[in-house]
Amino acid sequence: MTSVVIVEDLLLLRDGLIRLLSTNGLEVAAAVDTAPAFLEAVDAHRPDVAVVDVRLPPTFTDEGLRAAIEARRRRPGFPVLILSQYVEQLYARELLSDGAGGVGYLLKDRVGDVRQFVEAVQRVAGGGTAMDPEVISQILARRSKVTPLAGLTPREREVLALMAEGRTNVAIARSLVITTKAVSKYIARIFAKLDLPPSDDDHRRVLAVLAYLNSNS
Amino acid sequence: MRTASTYPIRDHPTAGRGRGAARRPARDTARSGAALLAGGLMSIVAIPLLALTLPTLVLSPLGDLGLPFLAVMTGLARPLARVERRRVRLVTGAGVAEAYRPLRGSLTARVRTLLADAGTWRDLYWLLVQIFAGGVGLAFVAAMVVGPAFVVTVPFDFLRGAGDGKVLDLLPLGAFFTAVGWVGCRPVAIAMAELSGQLLAPDETARLRAQMEHLTETRDETVDARAAELRRIERDLHDGAQARLVSLTMSLGMAEEEFDRDPAAARQLVIEARASARAALNELRHLVRGIYPPVLTERGLGAAVEALALASAVPVEVDVALDERLPAPLESALYFVIAEAMANIARHSGATWAFVRLWTEQGRLRLIVHDDGCGGADPARGSGLRGMQQRLAAFDGKFTLSSPVGGPTELFAELPSRQ
Repeated sequence: MTSVVIVEDLLLLRDGLIRLLSTNGLEVAAAVDTAPAFLEAVDAHRPDVAVVDVRLPPTFTDEGLRAAIEARRRRPGFPVLILSQYVEQLYARELLSDGAGGVGYLLKDRVGDVRQFVEAVQRVAGGGTAMDPEVISQILARRSKVTPLAGLTPREREVLALMAEGRTNVAIARSLVITTKAVSKYIARIFAKLDLPPSDDDHRRVLAVLAYLNSNS
Repeated sequence: MRTASTYPIRDHPTAGRGRGAARRPARDTARSGAALLAGGLMSIVAIPLLALTLPTLVLSPLGDLGLPFLAVMTGLARPLARVERRRVRLVTGAGVAEAYRPLRGSLTARVRTLLADAGTWRDLYWLLVQIFAGGVGLAFVAAMVVGPAFVVTVPFDFLRGAGDGKVLDLLPLGAFFTAVGWVGCRPVAIAMAELSGQLLAPDETARLRAQMEHLTETRDETVDARAAELRRIERDLHDGAQARLVSLTMSLGMAEEEFDRDPAAARQLVIEARASARAALNELRHLVRGIYPPVLTERGLGAAVEALALASAVPVEVDVALDERLPAPLESALYFVIAEAMANIARHSGATWAFVRLWTEQGRLRLIVHDDGCGGADPARGSGLRGMQQRLAAFDGKFTLSSPVGGPTELFAELPSRQ
């Protein structure tokens, strides 16, 4: 069973998350409300994934994010899913900047769609990504022409956006109403155009997403 | 504070109006005498003070040796000038503005500002003149006392046969002193006060600079207060309504999953979701009230304060006498000052009764919030009181708080009613 550590300072949401995750086949190893307690819990329980609220006491700014980055520094590739009332592309980039994958960044609202949310947690635990469509749309809203992405066709860009959300090839195919084979072809072309070194497919997907997030810096 | 214009010796166009302002020569003369005596005491203090300033002034450009001059000017000369401004206001009924440049930074920087400040030189010049002017005043006071003393004692001495009858020659002298002292003291007191007033009054540049400094300061405070308020609203939304809505979405999402498997559990989750929705609405309502209370928009300040009083745990009497609606920013500032004051009364004072009075007088709004609680409120400590001050400062308002330990506590605010 996938074990989870939850960091959320508001009792209401912490309890909700515990209930939601434990009734959906995950094991909640610990649920804490501060960044230091989170780092301790990660050391003590060695969970498969952490679900972290960005804003935590005492300063209520971005403690959660910084704690998550610290946890990943201590344990490279440690899967973290960040939850927040709002999303910032900047934060997503910081999280992914180590290029290790296993990162999710979702609006808190997404917990309402229980199945998708649980899937996102599972996916991140497995080293995948789960970028909120909101982050993706922020990037799409600012089409920039002088990035590696400029060379991509609109269709390839669409595929990349869905990849960033963390969708599988099958899901991407369904969403764009094309075949999985076509999706694979697009993805191969994206990797080539972004000049990503050949490695295992998952890792290249993360790098592609990172390139995507960096595309308008 | 408001006593200033009620004790002018000289007839003042606004002073005494409506209080049966019959002139009372005896009282006026006694006051003038007292004013001259005070001025005389001032000159006695001025002599050593001036003697102290000169050597320290010479040393002041030499780095750390500026400290004595700084101390003498800010610790002694300025307070004395302040007392003199007060005296001038009591005698002539007209206030004398105070405008010094603010002293900031290192010792040398402060000394440099002090030396460059025309106010410093005005103070020194006044000290010098005051020594002589005060002396003249004292002479008049002496004449007021000595003259009548002669008039009273000479006949006794004559009757006792002292001085071979020559003592009678002192009688006209006594009469002369009495006449000069008692008749002259009032115009002299006024003249001396006006002289001081002219010497101490800042010139236009200094006045404008002081006003600008004040405006900059209050603007900064306003900006800070605004930013703090926005942060508070963001926090309240984030931890309150937004969190409730997330929880509601979560409950509904889980209910959706449970409908087929376990309808009873799903039902429970829907009930929880409804509770979350209600709580979210409640919090939004409170938050909106904290940003701009609906009753204030709809009914104006009087009704909004009545509403506050109705909700207060301590009985509050409300007397809001305004002829018309105030500009919205002013209404909101006053509302929040009153709301904060009432919250403080309920929270800290232990009062059994309080009243709020708001009225206009001569184009100025005046507010009193009074309670019979335990007192001891200190604006230096409570951020709420500082917040009130900041809100009012944005409108050029004055704010005073009297809260002796043991009570009662009275907050007084005054601000222009037209912005």
